[in-house]
Formats: sequence, structure tokens, C-alpha cells
Amino acid sequence: MSRRGAVHPGEPVALASGVHWVGALDPELRQFDIILRTANGTSYNAYAVRGSDGVAVIDTVKAEFAADFFARLWAVCKPSEISAIVLNHLEPDHTGALPELLRAAPQAKLYLSFPALKMLKGLVKESLDENRIVPVDEDTRVDLGGRSLRFLHTPYLHWPDTQCTWVEEDGLLFSGDVFGCHFCDARLFNDHVGDFRFSFDYYYQHIMRPFREHVLTALDLIEPLPVRLIAPAHGPILRDMPASYVRRYRQLAAPLLTNEAGEREKTLLVFYISAYGNTARMAEAVRDGAECVEGVRVSLYDLAGGDPAPFVDLIEEADGLVFGSPTINGDAVKPVWDLLSSLTLVKVKGKFGAAFGSYGWSGEAVGLVEDRLRGLKLRVPRPGVKVKLIPTDEELQQCVALGRELAEHLVGRSSPRHIDFTAPGALTV
Amino acid sequence: MPKAQVTFEDIGVTVTVPAGTRLIEVSEKIGAGLTYGCREGECGTCMMKIVSGAEHLAQPSVLEDKVLKENYAGVKNRLACQAQVIGGHVVVRPG
Repeated sequence: MSRRGAVHPGEPVALASGVHWVGALDPELRQFDIILRTANGTSYNAYAVRGSDGVAVIDTVKAEFAADFFARLWAVCKPSEISAIVLNHLEPDHTGALPELLRAAPQAKLYLSFPALKMLKGLVKESLDENRIVPVDEDTRVDLGGRSLRFLHTPYLHWPDTQCTWVEEDGLLFSGDVFGCHFCDARLFNDHVGDFRFSFDYYYQHIMRPFREHVLTALDLIEPLPVRLIAPAHGPILRDMPASYVRRYRQLAAPLLTNEAGEREKTLLVFYISAYGNTARMAEAVRDGAECVEGVRVSLYDLAGGDPAPFVDLIEEADGLVFGSPTINGDAVKPVWDLLSSLTLVKVKGKFGAAFGSYGWSGEAVGLVEDRLRGLKLRVPRPGVKVKLIPTDEELQQCVALGRELAEHLVGRSSPRHIDFTAPGALTV
Repeated sequence: MPKAQVTFEDIGVTVTVPAGTRLIEVSEKIGAGLTYGCREGECGTCMMKIVSGAEHLAQPSVLEDKVLKENYAGVKNRLACQAQVIGGHVVVRPG
């Protein structure tokens, strides 16, 4: 039995006069991009916008769904009518049909952001006439005849290339992955589909959250617009109360925890796990050293007593992070890696970090954790402390110094240092 | 040996290096906040701000110029994986 309002194969769906959804549905998908799960699939939303002088195609679909896309697209326009192809985001789930579309409409120009240029070469392996490629910014206006396209520079939502396309005459925002979600319902519109609130929030938390600062900048651009409909690249089309979804993004982009530190106070979190109590004693010494520095609020957490998720929320708001791990079989221990591997969900770039730990034989953990912290783009200004088995009083004082010096960095009171790398071989080690 | 100095403002560390050193060769060793992606001058991740002493860096290559433009760089931005200090004293920070 056909569901009322459900889109049929090959059938485009009108959003406004001359504006159609020409995307594809993927209801069987359960895992997207390895990192995301979906309980009922997703959609790859693409759109056709007609003006009196030509048709713009905004985004395409995943390659496996190209036939669905072209069936819908050719139902609303001829290939020769396409004057513009807009790519809001070049990830393969939106550009899978691009090579065929470029061949079908050789007269069409390709509009994309400046950062997208270098990705394009990786996607379209055949040679592409450079005169067809038009990088755009916020001053660009593409006139379709009675309708025009403008572009909002919204990078890192969630790739460097991402942008939104704005049709001022109709109040239509083609938002790319922003305001999207993995929720497949053939009724397409938010006032007809099932309850997708969980999917909307889940998508934000896993895709947009690491780029919170960029989300806030984008919202500053989007909120003043008189938006009548938001057409994202995945999930329901938001025609009923679109502004409420913009407001929801503003709520989601707020810190999950209210930072209880004072306005000028910095926060340092010390995480550790300990087999015989040695790394625990080092952790307490690091904490004691950091607490000597005025203006730094220090917290100590034993990873044996908590799951990563709430710690991730704490870390998102913290200024400095220290990790203590013993070395077992030449590696840091799993609870430490579990937490460190969860930090791609939040922005940690630019925070200060350090590592310490006790070991019995070779002591690799500290260096491995430091490498991971650098990989996460933290600043690691001071070498960590590693101690063979039971720390002596002198070694505990090294931990105190580690905590103190890191805390001094947090409050901008670290002593200037000078390092000479001109000795032979100094830069090659 | 001709030498140069670079101050990484975000961590308060000044290094003395042989003239001709690229900043990527030293910034990670001291834990500065400059971060790298491709490390080959293509992705723009390591864009940094030159606080002072820009004249002591070798002129950007055609590739670096192109990537800076693609990443909407300002006049004081350079790529840390490409920039070579050729003398004097340069002060940099992430951004």
C-alpha cells in the first residue's frame, strides 16, 4: 500500500514553483561513514532550481543512486537547460553523480567554494575544462533569470569546503549538511515525516560538534536571513517553522556543561589510571603542583571509575589536560586510549596537554600519549615525566613541577624559554 | 653558520636555528600550537600568523601563495610547513 504523501520512484517533488527535490532515498543504510549509525537509513538530497535563463542543480547523490537522481532531474529539465551546478559540499555522498552530470550538461558551469577546488581534482579524475569551474564567495551572485543564487561562506560544517546556497527571491536556504540528519522518510517534508528529533540532534553531536565555533559563526550569517524553507543535503526538508531548527542549532552549540570555573579561572583536568598506585601518586603530585598556581582550578579523575562520555563533555570545556598511564606491554593502557580516541567528538585544538606515568621495563606510554595529544593538535610545551616503578621524592617533585609549569602556561605566566637548535644534528633527532 | 631566531608566542619559547630552517622542523619538537595536516603545503591546516619579522622569511612559493589564497589568508599569514626562516628574528603564533 502506498503511503499518503510518499514520493514515488522517478518522481521529483516541488518545494516551490520551479524548485524541485531530485534526490534519492537510501532506507536500508544502517551505518554511515563508519562513525554514524542510523535506525532508518538516510536520503541524499539534491535540488533543481529553475530560472527564466537556466536551471541550477544543487548537489548530487551517492554514486549508487545516480539513476534515481537522473530520473528525477530529467523529469524537470533537459540537460541543455542546466546552466549551473552548485556543490555545497564535495563529500562523495553528494558528488557521486557529478562526473556523469558534467558530461550530460557540458555547457554548465560548476560553482563551489575556494577550499573545494583542490578536492575536486580528487573526485573528477577525467580532465575538466578549467573555464567551467567558478570558485565563489559571499560577493558572488549567479543569475538564473528571475532567481539568483548567493553563497554563504560556512567552512568546516563539517569539511573545509562547505558552504550554503541562498535563493533570496524565495527565501530558500540550501544548507548542505548543516541542519541535516540521517533519517529516511519518503514523505520528505518535516511536517509529514515521523519524529526525527533524535536523528537531528545525533547528527549534530557526531558531525558538527567538533566544529562548534564554526557553527556559531555560520549561525550569525544564517539567523538574520528571512528563511522560508531549509533544504539540507540529508534528511527531512524543513518547511514548517524552519527557524526553530536554526534555534535548535544555537542550543546544541552551547556548552553541554555549565563551566563552574570563575570568569578568569582556567581549568586543568588530570586523568590517570594506576595498577599498583605509582601512577596514582604521580597524578596527585601533578595536581598538587598545578594547584600552587593561582587562577587554575584542578580536578583529578581515576579513569577506572568512569566512562569516556562524561569525561569528553568535561574536556570540551577545559583549558588543560594531563594523562597518566602505566606502560603495559609497551603501550598506554586501554582506558586511556578509549578516552583519547573519543576526543574527535569535541574541539581540543590549542588546549595545553601533558603526560606522565610509571613503568616497569621500557616506559613507552608517556611518549605515545604525548604523540596522540600532538595529533589532536594540543600544545605539549613540556616533556612528560616517566618513572621506573615506585617514584622517589625527587621524582614526585618532577611531577609537581610538571603540574605547576603546565598551570603557568594556562594563566600566561610561564617563564620564557630559549632553546638552541644550532648544534650539529639537533634538528634531526 | 648563519643563524636565525624564532619565537613561538603561544608557548613563550624562542629557538635559535640554522638559517634556512623550515618552521615545521622545530615547532613540533617544542610543543608549539602550530598544527599540521598534509605537511606538504596543500591543505592549509598549518596556517600561522606572523606577529613580526615577516621580512626574515623566504618569499612564499607559487604553491604556498595558491594555498594561502584558497584558504582566505590575510597578509600576515604563512604556512608553517613551507615557511623558511633566513635570518633575524621572527615571532609567530597559530592562526
